[in-house]
Amino acid sequence: MIARFANPARFMRMSAALLPWVSVLAAIAIAAGLAWALVFAPPDYQQGESVRIMFIHVPAAWMASFVYLLMAAASVVALVWRHPLAEIAAQAAAPVGAAFTLVCLATGSLWGRPMWGAWWVWDARLTSVLVLFFLYLGYIALVNAFDDPARGARAGSLLALVGVVNLPIIKFSVDWWNTLHQPASVIRMGGPTIDISMLLPLLVMAAGFMLLFAALLLVRMRTMLNERRVRALRLQG
Amino acid sequence: MSGFLGLVRRDLLLAWRQGGEIGLAVGFFVLAVVLFPFGVGPEPELLRRVSGGIIWVAALLAAVASLDRIFAADHADGGLDLMALSPLPLAAAVLAKCAAHWLTTGLPLTVVSPALALIVDMDPADMPVLALGLLIGTPALSLIGAIGAALTLGARRPGVLSALLVLPLYLPPLIFGTGAAAARLGGGEGRAHLLLLGAFSLAAAVLAPLAAAAALRDALE
Repeated sequence: MIARFANPARFMRMSAALLPWVSVLAAIAIAAGLAWALVFAPPDYQQGESVRIMFIHVPAAWMASFVYLLMAAASVVALVWRHPLAEIAAQAAAPVGAAFTLVCLATGSLWGRPMWGAWWVWDARLTSVLVLFFLYLGYIALVNAFDDPARGARAGSLLALVGVVNLPIIKFSVDWWNTLHQPASVIRMGGPTIDISMLLPLLVMAAGFMLLFAALLLVRMRTMLNERRVRALRLQG
Repeated sequence: MSGFLGLVRRDLLLAWRQGGEIGLAVGFFVLAVVLFPFGVGPEPELLRRVSGGIIWVAALLAAVASLDRIFAADHADGGLDLMALSPLPLAAAVLAKCAAHWLTTGLPLTVVSPALALIVDMDPADMPVLALGLLIGTPALSLIGAIGAALTLGARRPGVLSALLVLPLYLPPLIFGTGAAAARLGGGEGRAHLLLLGAFSLAAAVLAPLAAAAALRDALE
């Protein structure tokens, strides 16, 4: 299946067909999710209305981790099978993942101020996400630090793999270091503890963010492939 | 084995003959530690509470500052190409260079750290844990730093870039190393932290040379 998508021209045709659908679905899902989250979902019995920021914060956090895993998987495919589009996919995903991480950190900070009384605490999960943000920035910096784009792409693939190996280690070590953040209430043993009236809009927002990421990824990959073509044309003179 | 030891010996000789390599690392370390009392104030109680952290952070910064020494000179004069072509596996060559780097950076830092800890008012009873932690943890700093150095060969601004890449990866040794000292302060033992630190260093000794060798092969193409 991966080999089918290796042809850049075929990818351009497929993505041109997919993109309008994905974008429209993303817009619908996010609009519906936001309306549900901000208006129709019940307020929390303890936190009141300010719990609604959770519907942006949590899906952004899920996407932040998911995109990094995707980058690592794409890097493995690039290094092992030399798939031509894998490096492009990883480089296209990185700024989007970094943006999701930043949204997660910012919304978490805005939520923490009324809830905990602090803009920032050095809790295990906050620290791990901050480190994830730096891993994204390091990847983007490394890929762009070389005059030869191919060299930058290969270096970035290696860095993404080193980072993904170290990410659980960082997570564990920071866990033992300090824990204040709410423990998992959705993806955990024994099923979610969150009420269904809040779980459903959360899942809708998560689906919307995933579709948004897919749309942005396709746009960025198409742009990068077009940039490559322009570079090749320029070299031909 | 003789190739491995020969490479370690060569790097040690170069570091010794080029003069001041060890001195530079230790000098940076001392200066970084000295900055902290100026920054946070000289009260002994405050400094004692954070003394372990100050020494560790300064050691991290000194390690990061010395990373360009590992591969840059050999890359520039072609020695790295010879190492890639030799019968010794490139990962083994990287391990040898990391060992030499540790002997000229991490080990001197560890030796100097108890004396330096006196400046930041550390209780002498806590110094063995600090020194042991640095002894176990600084090899990991050299090994992970080698990955950063290898990835940034030929990049623009390799020094700052490898610092940006490597410092997030340095967090586990920092957490475990200072955690050992803190556990001791709390009345417990730092044993669990030191064991985890050792595990991290051993894992780095196995995995980092492979990653750095792959990065070097990319750089040499």
